[in-house]
Amino acid sequence: MRIRINGDTHEVDVDVRTSLLDLLREHLGLTGSKKGCDHGQCGACTVLINGRRINSCLTLAVMHDDDEIVTIEGLGSPAALHPLQAAFVRHDGFQCGYCTPGQICSAVGMLDEVAKGWPSLVSEPGTDAVALTDEEIRERMSGNLCRCSAYPNIVDAIRDVAGAGA
Amino acid sequence: MKFGGHSVKRIEDERLLTGQGRYTDDIQLPGMAYGVTLRSPYGHARVAAIDTAAARAMPGVLAVYTAADVASYGGIPCIVPLSKVPTPRPLLVDTVRFVGDGIAFVVAETREAARAAADAIEVDFDELPAIASIDEAIADGAPPIWPEAGSNDLFLWSKGDAAAVDAAIAGAAHVTRLRIVQNRVAPTSMEVRAAVAEWDADAGFTLHAGSQGVAGMRAQLANAILKIAPEQVRVVTGDVGGGFGMKSFVYAEYALVMIAARDLGRPVKWTGDRSDAFQTDTHGRAMVTDGTLALDADGKFLALKAETWSDLGAYQSTFGPAIQTMAGGTIIGGVYRIPAIHNAVHGVITNTAPVDAYRGAGRPESAYTMERLVEAAAREVGLPVDEIRRRNLLRPDELPHANGLGLTFDVGNYPAVLDKAVQQSDWAGFAARKAEAARRGRRYGRGLCYYVEIAGGGGTEEFADIRVAADGRVEAAVGTQSNGQGHETAYSQVLADKLGIDIERISIVQGDTVRLDQGHGTGGSRSLVWGGGACLVAADELIERGKALAATDLDATDIDYEEGVFRARGTNRSTSLAELAAKHPQALDGRGRYTIPKPSPSWPNGCHVAEVELDPATGMVKVARYSIVDDFGVLMNPMLVEGQVHGGVAQGLGQVLLENIVYGEGAQLLTGSFMDYGIPRADDMPHIEFDTLGTPSPNNPLGAKGCGEAGTIGAMPSIMNAIIDALDGTQIEMPATPEKLWRVCRELAVSRAA
Ligand code: FES
Ligand code: FES
Repeated sequence: MRIRINGDTHEVDVDVRTSLLDLLREHLGLTGSKKGCDHGQCGACTVLINGRRINSCLTLAVMHDDDEIVTIEGLGSPAALHPLQAAFVRHDGFQCGYCTPGQICSAVGMLDEVAKGWPSLVSEPGTDAVALTDEEIRERMSGNLCRCSAYPNIVDAIRDVAGAGA
Repeated sequence: MKFGGHSVKRIEDERLLTGQGRYTDDIQLPGMAYGVTLRSPYGHARVAAIDTAAARAMPGVLAVYTAADVASYGGIPCIVPLSKVPTPRPLLVDTVRFVGDGIAFVVAETREAARAAADAIEVDFDELPAIASIDEAIADGAPPIWPEAGSNDLFLWSKGDAAAVDAAIAGAAHVTRLRIVQNRVAPTSMEVRAAVAEWDADAGFTLHAGSQGVAGMRAQLANAILKIAPEQVRVVTGDVGGGFGMKSFVYAEYALVMIAARDLGRPVKWTGDRSDAFQTDTHGRAMVTDGTLALDADGKFLALKAETWSDLGAYQSTFGPAIQTMAGGTIIGGVYRIPAIHNAVHGVITNTAPVDAYRGAGRPESAYTMERLVEAAAREVGLPVDEIRRRNLLRPDELPHANGLGLTFDVGNYPAVLDKAVQQSDWAGFAARKAEAARRGRRYGRGLCYYVEIAGGGGTEEFADIRVAADGRVEAAVGTQSNGQGHETAYSQVLADKLGIDIERISIVQGDTVRLDQGHGTGGSRSLVWGGGACLVAADELIERGKALAATDLDATDIDYEEGVFRARGTNRSTSLAELAAKHPQALDGRGRYTIPKPSPSWPNGCHVAEVELDPATGMVKVARYSIVDDFGVLMNPMLVEGQVHGGVAQGLGQVLLENIVYGEGAQLLTGSFMDYGIPRADDMPHIEFDTLGTPSPNNPLGAKGCGEAGTIGAMPSIMNAIIDALDGTQIEMPATPEKLWRVCRELAVSRAA
């Protein structure tokens, strides 16, 4: 099959049961995406598919023929950090770093959802413009576990970037 | 100081943020094979027969090990056994003593093939009675899991003056008694354990594994398990996705991948999955305590008595027996004036995963017991919770103070920390907040904790091995091990200040026994205290060596050093660190060993104030306000400290509100995934108001006290006390789940109506 990751096209030959996460980590050496549970319960494996965030452990690689996939490696490099990565530095948004690639990919996807006006559980019903309060950020990021609990600083980092973009 | 005391941004950042971190499972080696452990589905059983023939014949299978195949190796050692009866724990077992105990280890070309082969192993089990809890274990007639011990009450440790305590209780104006359960929790690092081993006929073994210190892990693997010279083992720890105590220990798979790598002549990897982690990572807490606090008519403490049954799990784990005893049991009275004190701890064996150090390792448990008792007593005698502490906290003029359990508190200003925390929490505004919540039909409560922690122990020396490159860059290898705390940054700050050079010119390496095979790793909030001390010694010695070289080069007797430059005193002749290093390769390099004649712990302490809001209709509870004032001595990097405190609070909050490892009938593990075991999420964490009021520690040159565990210690009692306050003093146990809270609220409503 052919799969597009971070702008590159890869020809790969995988078992149909291979998850997208295992394809990235085991076959393509893109180990930035992390495995915390392999069951869609922690968010460490979050990547972006056509701009939408997804738990890559819960989707099969073969379903993404020709999809545009972006992983943490494709968002920014040490020399040119993505604004969210830079904000994580400014706000000390992590400790051990294991959940961090997932947090950052998830935040990118989440900000896009907010920009599109998608409501969350805590949004005021009926409004189409979502105000990105801390409560909204926390709720929308609650699928990404962080055992070091960098949560307060992650919220600060996301608010910082969202504010700058607004 | 240019760097020390400032929130220097983390040096580790960019690598970890861009997916370039190197955690154990990220390692891919050519020709690598994969191992999978076959685990026991029973809590207690004898393996009557095991047939691996079918598994061995499956495609891609390279090796299958059972207990018999690894019987010549040592088992996982317990370093501090408190029982004369051994509880040996071989790498693979033929009697399983908890769900997850390893029966066989299969190595194959791929992980999928290894897994399929493990499933094909046929095992006949003879089931034995399985014991899931402390109560069952110590019940009359309970069958002993280790028959030689005669009982599941494996040992009794005690300290203090029992007679004085009993006399004081008998004569006290008031006695508060509580039975306190501290439930079993899982450390749950986001990175599950993994190990990769290589073997080479000349170089011996290389093991890559997450650890909290490579030197200690190497010693245990070589000496206790493989029975070979430590020089034949190299242990490498790359990035570690959280450890919290649990990654200090050697696990069977670390040795099994090594054995398999040698047997097969190719690298072997084992990576656990989340269910391996819940089953076999060491657990934490798991204990029941009968606590008694005696007071005089003024609310002054007269005596503290505690008797604890500490669940060790099925085996005495590496440090397991020490956690509630030597490590945490000696600090149970906190920094209060308690004339008579006694603590007794039973080590109890059950058919559950081994219990060992988890963030705080005995200190949170002790603080939890004491602080629950203090607030219950305050309620019973009618004193405000801050006032009862004010009456009993040691004053600076009473220090040093021997606590009756073998500890001596050196410095601190506990009443001042309490007052600052009380003020910072807007103590006076509580009544209005409670009234406002009541108008919305909510219960509202406040809880306080004054904790002290024994920190900065764990070994009486530490090392920093320093090298200067020809371009003047300084690299120091340290014997501690960051698990995400940001040690690289903190140590760089120490060295940059000491050497007077820019922090960018310093790099810190860790986690490779080839580079540095000494050191005591990370644990007990010790790293900055000890590793920082070692950096200072190494830098001092570097400067001395530099001065000697400069004296020859500059033809002078007196050399001064400042900001990377050596000058001949009274002249304008000088040479830089870089010039010296270029001219005399390796002559500046050396290993600094930091030790002090009489090592004593440091005593981080502080005060947490929690306020919770509880909805009686649903039982949902939220931490509404959270305020901390800590005495960590001198801070090297306030930003890193605050991160540690946040994480610590979350782990305490998690235990109070969400986390619970449950073993059911037959000692079956019922909480083996994130669907059954809740850890805090972004929306569970309150905003944390954090400040410090430090008294420098006299026990180390940096004046540091350690901060890694304090958040957890303060959070457990303060949040639970707040919940109990919101329930008008009804004592409940962790985790305070909505279901439990809803029931209590209903009962309270009924009894109020009656
Ligand atoms: S690894 Fe995919 S959600 Fe946990
Ligand atoms: S930074 Fe360690 S799990 Fe999030």
